[in-house]
Amino acid sequence: MRINCPICGSRERREFYYQGAALARPAPDAGEAAWDDYMHLRDNPAGETRDMWCHEGGCGAWIVVTRNTVTHDVVSTALATDARTVLA
Amino acid sequence: MPRSVQTGEYHMRFSGLRILREGVSGNKGWGPHWRDPEPKAEYDAIIIGGGGHGLATAYYLAKNHGMTNIAVLEKGYLGGGNVGRNTTIVRANYMLEGNSQFYSHSLKLWEGMEQDLNYNTMLSQRGHLMLCHSDGQRDAYARRGNMMISQGDDAELLDPAGVRRLIPYLDFENTRFPIYGGLLHRRAGSARHDAVAWGYARGADQRGVDLIQQCEVTGIDIENGQVRGVQTTRGAIRAKKVGIVVAGRSGQVAAMAGMRLPIESHVLQAFVTEGLKPIIDHVVSFGMGHFYISQSDKGGLVFGGDLDFYASYAQRGNMPMMEHVMEAGMTLMPMIGKARVLRSWGGIMDMTPDGSPMIDKTDTQGLFVNCGWCYGGFKAVPGSGYSFAHLMATGHHHEPAEKFRLDRFRTGFGLMDEEATGAQHNLH
Repeated sequence: MRINCPICGSRERREFYYQGAALARPAPDAGEAAWDDYMHLRDNPAGETRDMWCHEGGCGAWIVVTRNTVTHDVVSTALATDARTVLA
Repeated sequence: MPRSVQTGEYHMRFSGLRILREGVSGNKGWGPHWRDPEPKAEYDAIIIGGGGHGLATAYYLAKNHGMTNIAVLEKGYLGGGNVGRNTTIVRANYMLEGNSQFYSHSLKLWEGMEQDLNYNTMLSQRGHLMLCHSDGQRDAYARRGNMMISQGDDAELLDPAGVRRLIPYLDFENTRFPIYGGLLHRRAGSARHDAVAWGYARGADQRGVDLIQQCEVTGIDIENGQVRGVQTTRGAIRAKKVGIVVAGRSGQVAAMAGMRLPIESHVLQAFVTEGLKPIIDHVVSFGMGHFYISQSDKGGLVFGGDLDFYASYAQRGNMPMMEHVMEAGMTLMPMIGKARVLRSWGGIMDMTPDGSPMIDKTDTQGLFVNCGWCYGGFKAVPGSGYSFAHLMATGHHHEPAEKFRLDRFRTGFGLMDEEATGAQHNLH
């Protein structure tokens, strides 16, 4: 599996740390249900998903990766800072 | 076996005498192990998922609770998922309240399974040895061993000489990870994974349970907060109770009932070498790198390691984890280096935030879930079926599994984080 880092280019999976589903963080006072949702509950799709990876063995950027969980194809990547508006 | 050979009757009793008789009569008397029924319009209960846990649930519903008007719906073939793809380890070396009593109960069921099912599941209690490589780890194993003993199970702490007597072929003087000893759990071992699924399938079928294959559930019917049945590729089926037991596919099936679960599906790889003469007599796990190994009755070394650590339904992994597992194996027992790996594969693991499972009711009346077995579902098959059947039949949690609640993540009460890494996705 190779992931295209928007800063460094195409790199191998070993350079990246996987965090999990890319989700918008709720407000601190959003309440128990919203935080339970964010922390624990998952759509867990078989197919296209978006998750957070960190290029820890490279530039250190956080990246939102759109990829397919059934085929392992990486569809697109974006810096998390740029993706924030999309997730919100 | 070609279909034409299956001339015998259904539901025959297996015995040594039977094998002898069939041996001298051309093996013409063996019958199919279960029927292939058409789905009825309505059942008292439906189990979604014909894997180990689903089949065991159906068996215990029929046997312990007299519920025989039930069906198991399987989208593929019986035992075609994780129960046929795992590394077949059976053990009860859990430590935390909740897990401890459950796996203890499950191991006892394993010990009586072959007689109960009249089926050879080839349980081999060859012992499981967890190795330690530092003083701190030895202390932690001493504690774990004491917890196992206080649960009523067995554990022995071995010093390096004790490990050497048992397993002389390890790299004891390894510079980075010398072996300080190990925790031996003698009642642990391995079993023939497919036979477990088949044994429970046959036992359920004998009691009248309909095992319906090639029948994918496409929707769950709910009216006024009460489950009414399911939609399938073979038509609608009504039922007052529905149990979801679909492991890695839990997210998709739960979504049909409008639920989201605390589950992320990950890939776990496993490997097997060519068949060798008997050489590894136990289940051995490395304490300083995720690697464990046993030898199958066919002679192949069966081994595995950690998750690949990304959400996946591909049923195959990538090279980095494969490399890590091989490296860990070579570090622990360099003698296996010349064995050739025949196959590697992956399974879909229903990972929960704390690494422990769920056997619970849902907000929908009559709808139950059994999921989140992470990478440890095989050893849980009998206990899981037993406890889930109890919950579905009586509406009450079965004591050994009563801590496996869905709401523990929301409330933070009763988390069972066996690895103490934190109750968060991607940490187990």
